[in-house]
Parts: sequence; structure tokens; C-alpha cells
Amino acid sequence: MTIGLGHYLAVAAVLFTMGILGIFLNRKNVIVILMCVELMLLAVNINLVAFSVFQGNVVGQIFAMLVLTVAAAEAAIGLAILVVYFRNRGTIAVEDINAMKG
Amino acid sequence: MIVGLENWTLARPELFLAAATALLLIYGVVRGEIATPFVSAATSVALLVTAALLFLPYREGTAFSSLFIVDRLTATMKALVLVGSALAILMSRAYFEQARAWRFEYPLVVALATLGMMLMISANDLMALYVGLELQSLALYVIAAFQRDSVRSTEAGIKYFVLGSVASCMLLFGSSLIYGFCGGTAFVQISGALADGRATEIGVIIGLVFVVAGLAFKVSAVPFHMWTPDVYEGAPTPVTALFAVAPKIAAMSLLVSVLMGPFKPLFAQWQQIIVVASVFSMALGAFAALRQQNIKRLMAYSSIGNVGYVLLGVASGSEKGIQAVVFYLAIYMVMTLGVFATILMMKRRNIMVEQVSDLAGLARSQPMMALGMLIFMFSLAGIPPLAGFWGKLYIFMAAVEAKLFVPAVLGVLASVVASYYYLRIVKVMYFDEPPGEAIDRPAFGVNRAVALVAAFLIAVFSLAPQPLSLIAEAAAKGLFP
Repeated sequence: MTIGLGHYLAVAAVLFTMGILGIFLNRKNVIVILMCVELMLLAVNINLVAFSVFQGNVVGQIFAMLVLTVAAAEAAIGLAILVVYFRNRGTIAVEDINAMKG
Repeated sequence: MIVGLENWTLARPELFLAAATALLLIYGVVRGEIATPFVSAATSVALLVTAALLFLPYREGTAFSSLFIVDRLTATMKALVLVGSALAILMSRAYFEQARAWRFEYPLVVALATLGMMLMISANDLMALYVGLELQSLALYVIAAFQRDSVRSTEAGIKYFVLGSVASCMLLFGSSLIYGFCGGTAFVQISGALADGRATEIGVIIGLVFVVAGLAFKVSAVPFHMWTPDVYEGAPTPVTALFAVAPKIAAMSLLVSVLMGPFKPLFAQWQQIIVVASVFSMALGAFAALRQQNIKRLMAYSSIGNVGYVLLGVASGSEKGIQAVVFYLAIYMVMTLGVFATILMMKRRNIMVEQVSDLAGLARSQPMMALGMLIFMFSLAGIPPLAGFWGKLYIFMAAVEAKLFVPAVLGVLASVVASYYYLRIVKVMYFDEPPGEAIDRPAFGVNRAVALVAAFLIAVFSLAPQPLSLIAEAAAKGLFP
């Protein structure tokens, strides 16, 4: 069996869905949410690189580089906000983030 | 390809803002906290100079291998965003000084967010769109949590960050599918491929749905509005004022240029999505705000409702519709800045208060402040002949011309329901007994000036909406050459 574009897209779609489910089902820890966001971004990168290779144009790989860069910045900012929150509340459990209703 | 001078002249406002921010950042780091008043004032001036550079002289075209586009619509939207951000910085001083969070980083992060907004308004390629959007979002996550010793502010930061990242991921996943099925990320390539018959491919439709979902989050349209009330309530009030104005206008402009640009051939598909989002936003904005006691939370629902009206203009997909969108956003900006300037003046014994009941008896203790709030509330409720009424009228006319009869009727009904909570504020100010101590007399300062100018502008737009309407018409022509 040859591995075609469809297989790559399927893997990416599964990873992306796992990321979303992880965010909405997880009730424990905000760090897990950050990991799920990374998972979703990497799923997108698989998509981009697979499309890029199978179409023979390089745009997708450039896009993937940009996504990687932004993902690093995003993780840094997310962790920074989390640290500030922890200093105030002393917890980062998802169910404790409830000072405002909603 | 040689990067010619043309690129740099078209992107001159952005380059100026980036350079000014970098220089002020260096200055602030070298001088430390004592530089704060200067950096803050200089950043506001830099934002206003950037707005002036957009039109002196005005040039249009595409730059950087057509990653970047300047036309009448983008220039007008950028001007609105820049003025909104500059005023939000000026309005923040008194609040942050009192909260002992008056630091020079705040105006600079706002300026970076504004730079991101300008880039996303001018995006002409999915990559440029993503980078601009992330520059904006990352800066906004930081300023939502800017009051770092407050539980509510940092919690707003976390909520905004988590939900915002999910939205960005959805937008990105959609972008990757569109890239794959259209063979490129440039808007021209996408619309070309869609016109060539790729429009019926399921991958493209799924990609469109993901992209629209991501953008709907950024404008806080139902069903992606969950973050708005919490973030608006938790974030420091001047930050909420900024959130209600600048990012909303920028994201709406991006939504318009994406839907009316590359996805024009899929009009029939996205129109349904936008109509549904619009109707539900109008309804939720009207009903959920009815029982709110916190005025910032109330303004959050009000902004969701207003986004619904703007989306109705987008859904009509005509030149009239886009003109109505620009007109409505300009008036929305004036009204919202006026309301938040008034909220920032709500203090009792020098402590900020933000409940609707705190306004009781305001008409007797501070008649001018109450009169200003009355004008803003009547205008938001859309009572003729105030400016908000003209905005809604243009939107509904465009919707009716596009044969969106049912959504237009539902919109009118929602605005009737919404007028209840706007008028309730007026009732509290004019007819309720004050609970004890009245609100402090507002100090002279930026907030008072902003509220005064906003009330004056609403009066001008109410009597003479034509000049603004002509500007909006010229802007809409940018999309319909």
C-alpha cells in the first residue's frame, strides 16, 4: 500500500480533533490545554507540509515555518499569563477558574 | 524579485508605527518607570500620526508580492482602529495610576496590537492574515491580564488566551485546507481557483467553515461569543474600552475583505452562515443583557448584539451593505468610546464602581454626565433621530434590498428588546433614588473630554449623517471597483 495525501490528511484531522476534545473534556489542568493547543497547531503543520509536497509548491512549507514561530511565541505568552494567575490564586485547576460566572 | 521602493511607500504607515514602537520601547527600558507619562503620550501621538500618514498622501495598490493591499476600505478601517487605540491609551492613565499598574509597557503593547490589526486589515494572503491576526491576538492576551495583581484580570487573560488560541487554530486548519484545495494562499489565487470550478469541492467548503468560525470568534459573534462577557468584565476597564472598539473593527474589516474577496464565488454558501450568526447574535445581545447588573458585562452583550447588526450588512453582500457596515462601525466606535469614558468616570469616594445601580440619582448629582450617558444610551438603542438609528437604518435597508426579509424583521424586533436595557440605565439615572452617597464629581481630564466630544459627534451625525455616509460609500467602493 502506498501512503497518499489522504493518509496524511487523516492523521492531521485525527490529531486536530484530539486537540479540540482535549481542551473541552479536560477539567484538571490548564497546562494540558496548552499542550492541546500545540497538538492542534502541529496537526495543521502536517496538513500544510503534506499539501506542499503533493502539489510541488513550497508555499505550504513557508506557512509551516511561520506557524512554528508563532506557536513558540504563543506558548511563551500562555505560560506567562498562567504564572501570573498562579501567583494570585495559588491554583491552575480548570474548575477553579471561576471568579466570574460563565 | 526586487523589493522595490513602491512596497515601502505603500506600507509607510505600518513601518512608521513599528519603528516608533521600537524606539519608544528602547527609551522606556533605558529610562525605567519615570518614562511612563512620556511614552504613553508619545505612543498616542505616534498612532495619530500613523493615521494621518494613511491619507497624506493616499496611495493604493498591492505590495510585497501582493501579500499586502491598500485600498479605500482598508485605509478607512485602519484610520478608525488607530484613532480608537490612541484614545484608549489616553483614557487609561487615571485608571492605571489608581490601580498602581501605570507602566510604560501598556501603551507599547497596545501599539503592537494596533500594528497587528493594521496588518490583518491589509492582508491579501492567508499567511499575511495569520501573522497579522496573531500579532494582534498575542498582544491583546497580554493586556487583558495587564493588572497582574488582580485575580479577575489574570483570569480574563487566561480565558481569552485559551479560547483565542483555539479560534486561531480553527482558522489555521481552514487555511491549510483552502491552500491544499486551491493550490495557493494568495487571495487572487483562491478566488481564481474557486471561479475555475473548485468551489464545489468539499475540502474548500470545510475550509471556509473553519475560517469563518475562527473569524466569528474574533468578532465575538454567536456561537463563538462565550469569552466576551467574562473578558470584558474581568479586564481592566480601559482595556475593555479598547477591546470593544479596535479589535472588533479590525476583525470585522478582515471578515469583510475575506468573504467579499477570495470567497466571493462561494457567496451562496457563506451567506447562510453569516445570516444565522447575525440573527443569533442580535437575539442573544438583546435577551442576555436584560438581567445584567455589571455595566461592563452589559456592554459586552451590547457589543455582541451590535456585531449581529454589522453581520447582517455583511450578509447582504452588496455595495450598499458594505457601506452600511463601515457607517455602523464608525458610529459604534464613537458611542462605545463615549460610554466607556463615562464608565471610567464612575467613582464613589475615589473608588471605581461598575454596577448599573451605582448610577442611581446621577441626573441630580452630575447632570452633565447623566445627559452624556443619556445620549449614548438613546443612540445605542437606535432611537431616531440619533446617530445609532441611522446606522441601523442603513443596515436594514441593505438587508431588505438583498431580500433578507426575515433576518431584517428579526433584527428590528431584537433592537426593540435591546432598547429595554439601554432605557433602564436612563431610568436608573433619572428616576431612581440614590442609594446614599452620590457619584464623585468627575475630574477634569481625558475621559471627560472624550465623553464630551463623543456626545458632540453623535449630535453632529444625528443631524447630518451625509458626510459620514459619503466616506463610507467611498470606502465600500474599494471592494467594488
